[in-house]
Amino acid sequence: MPDRILSYAEAIREATFQAMEDNDQVIVIGEGVPDPKNIFGTTIGLQEKFGPDRVFDMPLSENGVTGICIGAAQAGLRPLMVHQRIDFMLLAMDQLVNHAAKWHFLFGKGAEIPLVIRAIIGRGWGQGPQHAQSLQALFAHIPGLRVVMPSSAYDAKGMLIGAINDNNPVIFLEHRWLHQITGNVPSNYYAESLEGAKVIRKGAMVTIAAFSYMLIEAIRAAEWLATQDIEVEIIDMRVVRPLDMDTVLMSIEKTGRLLVLDTAWKTGGISAEIVAGVTEKAMKHLKCAPVRLTLPDLPAPTASSLTETYYPEAEQVAEAVLRLLDIDDNNVIAGAKALARTGNRDVPNADFTGPF
Amino acid sequence: MLRIRRIEEAVAQRYHEQEMRCPVHLSIGQEAVAVGVCAALSDDDIVYSGHRSHAHYLAKGGDLTALIAELYGKASGCSGGRGGSMHIVDHKIGFWGATPIVAGTVPIAVGAAWAAKLQNSSRIVTIFFGDGCFEEGVMHESLNFAALHQLPVLFVCENNGYSVYTNLQSRQPHRSISALASAHGVNSISGDGNDVMFVNQQSSDAIKRIHNGEGPQFLEFSTFRWLEHCGPNNDDDLGYRDEGELASWQERCPIELALGQLNASSVALDQEDVEKDINAEIISAFNTAQCADPPVVGDYCEYA
Repeated sequence: MPDRILSYAEAIREATFQAMEDNDQVIVIGEGVPDPKNIFGTTIGLQEKFGPDRVFDMPLSENGVTGICIGAAQAGLRPLMVHQRIDFMLLAMDQLVNHAAKWHFLFGKGAEIPLVIRAIIGRGWGQGPQHAQSLQALFAHIPGLRVVMPSSAYDAKGMLIGAINDNNPVIFLEHRWLHQITGNVPSNYYAESLEGAKVIRKGAMVTIAAFSYMLIEAIRAAEWLATQDIEVEIIDMRVVRPLDMDTVLMSIEKTGRLLVLDTAWKTGGISAEIVAGVTEKAMKHLKCAPVRLTLPDLPAPTASSLTETYYPEAEQVAEAVLRLLDIDDNNVIAGAKALARTGNRDVPNADFTGPF
Repeated sequence: MLRIRRIEEAVAQRYHEQEMRCPVHLSIGQEAVAVGVCAALSDDDIVYSGHRSHAHYLAKGGDLTALIAELYGKASGCSGGRGGSMHIVDHKIGFWGATPIVAGTVPIAVGAAWAAKLQNSSRIVTIFFGDGCFEEGVMHESLNFAALHQLPVLFVCENNGYSVYTNLQSRQPHRSISALASAHGVNSISGDGNDVMFVNQQSSDAIKRIHNGEGPQFLEFSTFRWLEHCGPNNDDDLGYRDEGELASWQERCPIELALGQLNASSVALDQEDVEKDINAEIISAFNTAQCADPPVVGDYCEYA
């Protein structure tokens, strides 16, 4: 079958349409879902097609509406709640952690909570400390919550449908810089598994375990590294909870070297969980200490100039791989540095003129 | 009401045996609200509650043996031994859950009412909560949403004047709680929560208004908790309540008031017989619960 190319954002929109067509109990609610901007275009035409009894804007009541979606889910609806920024979910921690995550565990059969919460992680264009946090580890700490971070357009569609079909709460995290990437997206209705990482590039020298947008930077780095005869294995982690350690461990048995890339902070982050899992179970295969490439432990910067050092990109990924391999050839290191993007680095590409 | 009172007394009486190993928030003194409201509901209607929920569960028809087994932490408990007194449920009779985060179940009940509206169901949803909920933001978020979407939900506030040891005057300014609900656009009424006939009449009227399409309704009932906030004891000696306050409420015991109303209406009631039946039921429930098996570790990851 020939490739059918869609953007990640278009894939999310198509998944939502098809899930709503498939099951009339699916409803969508979120601040701005039916407004003229339609959650960065991901909900365009939804209310026109499915009507105001299935597609809702919402009061600015994140905690209340999360609880309301829990109750609606207990009654048999399948709510898809949308936050334009993950930061707003912090207002709903009580309903998420104390209620959504516990309900089925406490009350068993008949108390399933088929709730999906989409939330978007911001970056750049001056969004700063309260609009550009990457909070996956907070949610992944909680038994009873499933946390997914698709990194391809194919997974964005399939995992959103999978999440809507799942009978318990799923936190579906989209990095804003992934919305514009494109990839093959079949037109049919398909659900992808909400478990398991995927090896997306084979290599024997270093294992790169990447979350969300960092996968894109990993691929950029890997393509250049291959020109230097350095073959890395890239794992798209896809799911933050439950974490698929088996795929990482199998790769480590082969490479003996681990680089973890996360869009979040280092301290208490999910990158620490992967390193801990590898050292607990595969210490004997490790040829050197694992490396984590994350954000510095500081709130996200607003000024454009500060974003250049705050966010690791392909250049830093390539440099980390060279360090893991003890490659200190100055020519090679200069080649890694040449991966640095020119121009403003607070936007995903030069075509982007803001705002988000 | 008498049955609920005797069940709560039996829990209090046996609590010191250390076999019910969970916090208990007993409803003694507040039975009329639970009974008056639930008697006005249909079997298909849904109820949610908070931490002090035994009376609501029982008044809606919840299984007594499963409740007691839950207090004893048994696999046959209404929540499989995972909830204890603070997390109880009985899906069969429309008691869809009680949990102890203050106001936590309020939006969940509103969500179930939203589903009822969207699914064209005729059921209504009742949520029981206390005066403390008005200090939580989510209470206001829930009232706003219920009014905005005109949902079939009955809000029932049991105003017992205290949050643990802290009186209402120390927590909220001098204004009425029901007026706050009215300000959200929810029709509200307040009155005596110890008079079961009054509670029942107000509930029936409110439910009629919901079915007539008049939107969510709010009832605030004044009542009083006789025992300590959590546990089986009378703690009036601690001095956090005004002297004589408890006694004045006990003089207006909801059960005595109801018995007086029954006598005046010449309904024949042999209280001795009723007491005997209740006692036999309680003994049987405790015996069954105590003999039941505890949950096993191997099943603990189910539903996780």
